[in-house]
Amino acid sequence: MKRFADLNLRAPIEDMNKTENMVRKASELGYSLVAIPLPFNIAKEQISQLRKLCSEEKLHFAARVTFAPKSSNELLQSLRRYRRKFEVIAVRCDTKDVARQAAKDRRVDLLQFSVTSLRKRFFDEAEAELASQALASLEIELAPLLQLTSISRVRLLSRLTREVATATRFKVPVTVTSGATEELLMRGPHDYAALTTLFDMRLSSALGTLSDNPWGIVERNRKKLSADYVAPGIRVVGRLADD
Amino acid sequence: MIKREKRRYLALTVVTEQPPSEEAVLDAVQASIHRLFGEYGASRANLRLIKNRTEKGQIVVCCSHKALEQVRAAIASTTVIDGKVGAVHMLGVSGTLKALSKKTETN
Repeated sequence: MKRFADLNLRAPIEDMNKTENMVRKASELGYSLVAIPLPFNIAKEQISQLRKLCSEEKLHFAARVTFAPKSSNELLQSLRRYRRKFEVIAVRCDTKDVARQAAKDRRVDLLQFSVTSLRKRFFDEAEAELASQALASLEIELAPLLQLTSISRVRLLSRLTREVATATRFKVPVTVTSGATEELLMRGPHDYAALTTLFDMRLSSALGTLSDNPWGIVERNRKKLSADYVAPGIRVVGRLADD
Repeated sequence: MIKREKRRYLALTVVTEQPPSEEAVLDAVQASIHRLFGEYGASRANLRLIKNRTEKGQIVVCCSHKALEQVRAAIASTTVIDGKVGAVHMLGVSGTLKALSKKTETN
């Protein structure tokens, strides 16, 4: 049985009641992992509180941060500072410079692009080639697809169809997330999979974008963040007691 | 002999501030199908209301099995029901009403 994940549940963490309701809803809808975007300066106690809240609903929790840097230098600085604090790192690419840097950096997990300004979506062939050699995955948020109407939705669908085809051609993994800011925008994983067929994704791959790909990102990062991790392929398997 | 069209039965639940009528839900989903797939798509979907399980707060609709994914996408993209903000969630899908009620009871 597939384990589904939502790597972008935008719950308002300042309102714990609302967050609790959204986490409960995610559990009811059949997710087994949620990642909530958090501010950089969040205290570790608050992360533990969210982890506890999710475990009460039998959900795994992953701490996520979304960087929106103005330049590639700013992105590098943020990655250096915060990579070890969060399990999922997403980069909002609003300039080409940032998009290219994020695509080739192995510390970036998700590449996010604007949904309102399509000129700022830089996921072209060059970007896909860079991403295919690193670990970054293309993030597709589905809440905007539900909120947009008429021509803006048509344009977004058309752009997503093109981007998914490019990602498939260059073997860049795609991760579908909800991006839901409230309960009414949340949908079940099978519903999201059906929505992804609107941009010509096969149903089997669509289910993978909601389960295998996000779980792969979180498990890979959890291994790297564990105290036993040394380098790729090297980890501590046991420690000898000091005499 | 003409082959009988296969159907899929879908159990739906609606989340809104005030519970809407089943016709309003069906209209909202029909409008969503129309918006996403046009008149041709709507005709292929052949969406119909089967029954309203009021005691459980569920609505059962049926559609052509060939258009199941389109109907699912349309259900997921429904955000306005009877002029009010809401959402429609699918609880289960099956080829027979008997199997559907078994499925939704176990969930």
